Amino acid sequence: MSVELTGAEITIRCLQEEGVQCIFGYPGGAVLFIYDELFKQDKVRHILVRHEQAAIHAADGYARSSNHVGVALVTSGPGVTNAVTGIATAYMDSIPMVVISGQVPTNAIGLDAFQEVDTVGITRPCVKHNFLVKDINELAVTIKKAFYIASTGRPGPVLVDIPKDVSQQKVKFEYPDKVSMRSYNPVTKGHTRQIRKAAELILSAKRPMIYAGGGVILSNAAPQLTELTQLLNFPCTNTLMGLGGYPATDRQSLGMLGMHGTYEANMAMQYCDVLVAVGARFDDRVIGNPKHFFNENRKIIHIDIDPSSISKRVKVDIPIVGDVLDVLKELIKLLKESKEKPDQGALKEWWKQIDLWRERDCLKFDRDSKIIKPQRVIETLFDVTKGDAFITSDVGQHQMWAAQFYKFDKPRRWINSGGLGTMGFGMPAAMGVQLANPKGKVACITGEASIQMCIQELSTCKQYKLPLKIINLNNRYMGMVRQWQEFFHGNRYAESYMNALPDFVKLAESYGHVGMKIEQPGDVEGALKEAFKRKDQLVFLDFITDQTENVFPMVPGGKGLSEMILV
Amino acid sequence: MENEAGALSRVAGLFSARGYNIESLSVAPTEDPTLSRMTIVTVGSDEVVEQVTKQLNKLIEVVKIIDLNDGSHIERELMLVKVRATGSADREEIKRLTEIFRGCIIDVTDKSYTIELTGTSSKLDAFLEAVERSAVLETVRTGASGIGRGEWTLKV
Repeated sequence: MSVELTGAEITIRCLQEEGVQCIFGYPGGAVLFIYDELFKQDKVRHILVRHEQAAIHAADGYARSSNHVGVALVTSGPGVTNAVTGIATAYMDSIPMVVISGQVPTNAIGLDAFQEVDTVGITRPCVKHNFLVKDINELAVTIKKAFYIASTGRPGPVLVDIPKDVSQQKVKFEYPDKVSMRSYNPVTKGHTRQIRKAAELILSAKRPMIYAGGGVILSNAAPQLTELTQLLNFPCTNTLMGLGGYPATDRQSLGMLGMHGTYEANMAMQYCDVLVAVGARFDDRVIGNPKHFFNENRKIIHIDIDPSSISKRVKVDIPIVGDVLDVLKELIKLLKESKEKPDQGALKEWWKQIDLWRERDCLKFDRDSKIIKPQRVIETLFDVTKGDAFITSDVGQHQMWAAQFYKFDKPRRWINSGGLGTMGFGMPAAMGVQLANPKGKVACITGEASIQMCIQELSTCKQYKLPLKIINLNNRYMGMVRQWQEFFHGNRYAESYMNALPDFVKLAESYGHVGMKIEQPGDVEGALKEAFKRKDQLVFLDFITDQTENVFPMVPGGKGLSEMILV
Repeated sequence: MENEAGALSRVAGLFSARGYNIESLSVAPTEDPTLSRMTIVTVGSDEVVEQVTKQLNKLIEVVKIIDLNDGSHIERELMLVKVRATGSADREEIKRLTEIFRGCIIDVTDKSYTIELTGTSSKLDAFLEAVERSAVLETVRTGASGIGRGEWTLKV
């Protein structure tokens, strides 16, 4: 091929070569040539958001729900700085993403040009890698590398910064089939001897526990996790990021663990004798105080693709670096070949203990309340959608209730900002989910505080006819902040009250959507059913909920897993 | 590591972002101009050093990393020091000290000497201790460069 293409054409051609069908973005001066090329083709669909943060969250939701690399396109300067929150969100949750940003022309870089920021510098700590393409000859191979790095190993966002003049220059286009980089060779297969040792330890367990995180979802290993758990008849808990990795409605699921995990999951985590950690990283919200965690003796097997996740917060006995999918397959094979089985009598006793913990019924709430209980809304949502919806959430109490009360049986159905905890994530992420799953039921569980952080996207939803169901649990407080203030700051509700809220029904209507306000517990189910009947419309459901409800159980900051505050 | 623009700032940024100590850092291209070699001196418990190593390894441009303390190694640092040297007694004394420390005087004025000194960081410290403090006008040090002993080599 001897035809010369401009940098802008090359950029779009690269996306086509990568099989990208949908990107999210917002035009501006530095990316005008790229937008011009987008305009001239119809293979890559562009979704115009209303704020760059939303472009990244949407690409993120697209990636999480579909297992494709999410792609976003933003302009230089404020386009990039607006995108940073989204990029950091994706980075913390290891989401494969490529962000293409425009930059001022190479001869203007460093001169404080209009809409110039040091994009590579600003994003460096929150990307897996980033590039500034100063030479048109490097453009295609850089984009190839970006997709390769973003989607392999521990995934993450990669940013490619393209100066305006580079998008204008011409060069012969060749897209490499693959790239190899001497400095980047992610491991996949786990060490066989380590896996063998793990199998032996598993067979010796008397009080076993499987603790599975987001790595299971990212490596598409939910079937293998399920197989392993059921093969052994072990209890399994999932982290906030791992929900859906093991079917939540199954008896062997103990639900979520951690700060707002179930009593049974946290107790089993604390008192097990063999812990199998799969694609999880023992973070502060999961095990609480690590010192307290080590008050009890247990052996730990830790499977993770990222060596730096191993022995970071918790010393482990058998580390296995590798792709969760490969390692689990090998582990299952070894266990099936083995003639031994774990001590069944001990396992039976352990289950008896777990069932006793379960009887504590830690997620109970007042079902006869005259005010709408937020938990009830989620339970009803689960029933109405038959557990088969894609659920995104924002950040706060509603997020925890969603995680506790919507029982995820499948992976990639629960989309939330776990690591960074980004308010404003929910609706734009839901847009990405809906675009990746045009036929799927998509609901965004949010609160009146979070939803207002990206409320402008109601306009994007209108433009692309995205029939999201917005479940607004409106308690007129920043609920999680208020809860901490109640527990730890002497009921002094400093700035956590949301005064002067909009009329969400009218707001939704003004964007051309349907709004509903639900104030009575008896109306919850009907409203949800009605909303999901409207298959082609976005419905904003404003549930007026109990202002004083708290999320239980709760492991207070600095406390140990068995030191939960219970209802 | 890859000899690319921005690679150094990724390393430096990692140390500050994760709160690791950086005592010194020296870097220059190698005989293969596509590669740079960096020697970093850091302080921390075994766990911290393990994390530093793992996190550095995650940087895309880092090709290979070794902890020189895992084997025996040699390290050297270069220091240029400008000292006040007036009066023949002082000048003689400084020349003698420079010889003892196997340094050399590389610039001379009638009021000062500039001395080049190579060695371990503690040897350079010792020299500065030996010279009268008020005589030291200016120092510049490169930070340590390190290499393993014996025939073993760090190669890509």
